[in-house]
Amino acid sequence: MRALFANKMHVIFLALGALLVFFLAWPLFKTVTASSPALLWETLLEVEVRNAILRTFYASFLATTIAFVLGVPLAYMLARTEFPGQELVQGLIDLPIVVPHSAAGIALLMVFGRRMWLGRLFERVGIRFVSNFPGIVIAMLFVSLSFLVNAAREGFEAVDPRLERVARTLGASPWQAFWRVSFPLAWHSILSGLILMWARGLSEFGAVVILVYHPMVAPVLIYERFESFGLDYARPVAALLILICLAVFVLLRLTARKRGVV
Amino acid sequence: MNILAQNALVVQELAVNLGDFYLQDFNLAVAEGEYYVILGPTGAGKTVLLESIAGLHPVEGGRILLAGANLVAVPPEQRGIGFVYQDYMLFPHLSVAQNIAFGLTLRGEPKSVIAERVAELAQLLGIAALLHRAPRTLSGGEQQRAALARALIVKPRLLLLDEPLSALDPETSLSLQRELARLHRELGTTTIHVTHDFEEAVALGDRIAVLNEGRLVQVGAPEEIFRRPATEFVARFVGARNIFTGELQHLDNGYSHLQLPALEIAVLTELTGRVHASLRPEDIVLSEEPLHSSARNCFRGRIVEIAERGMHIAVTVSLPPEFTCVITRRSLEELGLHVGREIYLSFKASAVHIFGG
Repeated sequence: MRALFANKMHVIFLALGALLVFFLAWPLFKTVTASSPALLWETLLEVEVRNAILRTFYASFLATTIAFVLGVPLAYMLARTEFPGQELVQGLIDLPIVVPHSAAGIALLMVFGRRMWLGRLFERVGIRFVSNFPGIVIAMLFVSLSFLVNAAREGFEAVDPRLERVARTLGASPWQAFWRVSFPLAWHSILSGLILMWARGLSEFGAVVILVYHPMVAPVLIYERFESFGLDYARPVAALLILICLAVFVLLRLTARKRGVV
Repeated sequence: MNILAQNALVVQELAVNLGDFYLQDFNLAVAEGEYYVILGPTGAGKTVLLESIAGLHPVEGGRILLAGANLVAVPPEQRGIGFVYQDYMLFPHLSVAQNIAFGLTLRGEPKSVIAERVAELAQLLGIAALLHRAPRTLSGGEQQRAALARALIVKPRLLLLDEPLSALDPETSLSLQRELARLHRELGTTTIHVTHDFEEAVALGDRIAVLNEGRLVQVGAPEEIFRRPATEFVARFVGARNIFTGELQHLDNGYSHLQLPALEIAVLTELTGRVHASLRPEDIVLSEEPLHSSARNCFRGRIVEIAERGMHIAVTVSLPPEFTCVITRRSLEELGLHVGREIYLSFKASAVHIFGG
């Protein structure tokens, strides 16, 4: 606190920063406060809204689960070993962060589309992606897996490999050393990666809307109401989504702080 | 040496390649129950060597025989080789008790058995009061005791200690060094201990092996290594020294007396009890008549060996015990020294370096 106004530079930096914070907080605040609590409650009771929100949560949860099962082992290998093409794999993992998400949706259509061989293969076992719930899941998975894989990789990198080696000399198989030493020690990172990925999945619009317009996820619902009926109609849904995400995010920060992460 | 003895270790033509570090054609033999110290400068590959013996790095060739059985293809968890790192490597997410219990927990031992064994080892290492604590709240010495307890609880056939005392302050290091000696006396575990500290090596080692550039350049009893360094590297790294072990006696005029088997010498020290003493060969003066100056120690002995060592001559005089002195070629001629001749040998009490046992 003491050094806050220590010199002119601090004052100018503060002013500049304050503009950005204001830019961030003001629209969110306006959106949330523009609708009365009664209206928000009423909106929440709408079946279409409620289904869209639950669908969004559930799809993001499934995407996160898939990324957990496939991504944690990958993160471990990236952290612990050196293999040919490792840089390339790491680059690929980071790619979804920079690729426009509508482009990601198109890319997914090129493989999971109904006329593509993989899409047809899945359809044979009863899984259709286009305009169907599984499409939402893979779109979310594609655009948000970077968060989990990178967090888990950093978590494993922070665990001294010699801890595993000691465990091995004490009688642990590679699996036991992983589950009893590396995984618990990286768990805080993995957990924050899971929550971050889930939150990122919730907010996905671009990739989802290309693959699956109906059934609608909450961001698509907001867009549709805005396009068809205008701002007043879209705003309560937007406010709800902002509030829910805010609550989840605050909860995450609190639990993470308690555990000494973040 | 019986290489088939229960816990004897023989390493033959071991080759390890880790890219930036490699061992080639490495050989080593440790007898059952022996405390074997590998002494070498930092960066000589001591950690990689120990980790390879424990099975933590793939080896490219050679054999690692424990009780005559080749372990090269055996995964580390089945080797029964305990490992202790310089910086403890306690599991930070587990309590001290859970750390010590780790090996037994893996085996699925009953809780009562585990609790009993943990208490036993905590007692043995003097950390019984710390069992419920988190490792990070312990001092370095306490953490290393916990790490030792964790390694010993599974009754390893061979214990590998990687610079176990190097991260500790001098006082803690000395007390843990005594603890290691006591543990070895009580448990008799075959042990390989690597260090760069020669006092530690002398105090603990039944034998010392000097490692340089991935190769053992000399193996022998501590006195042998220091008295007769086999190569220039050994001489320079350990410094040629006379090494003795004895009991410190009463103080007298500010001097302690170190009782060796057949000789008593005056020394300056605060220590008591059983200690080691080292004396540099160049600190010994040879003379025809006894010297009575500030040199407090003066003895008569017989020359048993005269050897050229580079620019100097190493003269070994037996009192007994044997002392090695270094003199110039010129004094050799002036004194007319030859093997079998009797001569006086003097050194100052302050020239004798006393260190813990």
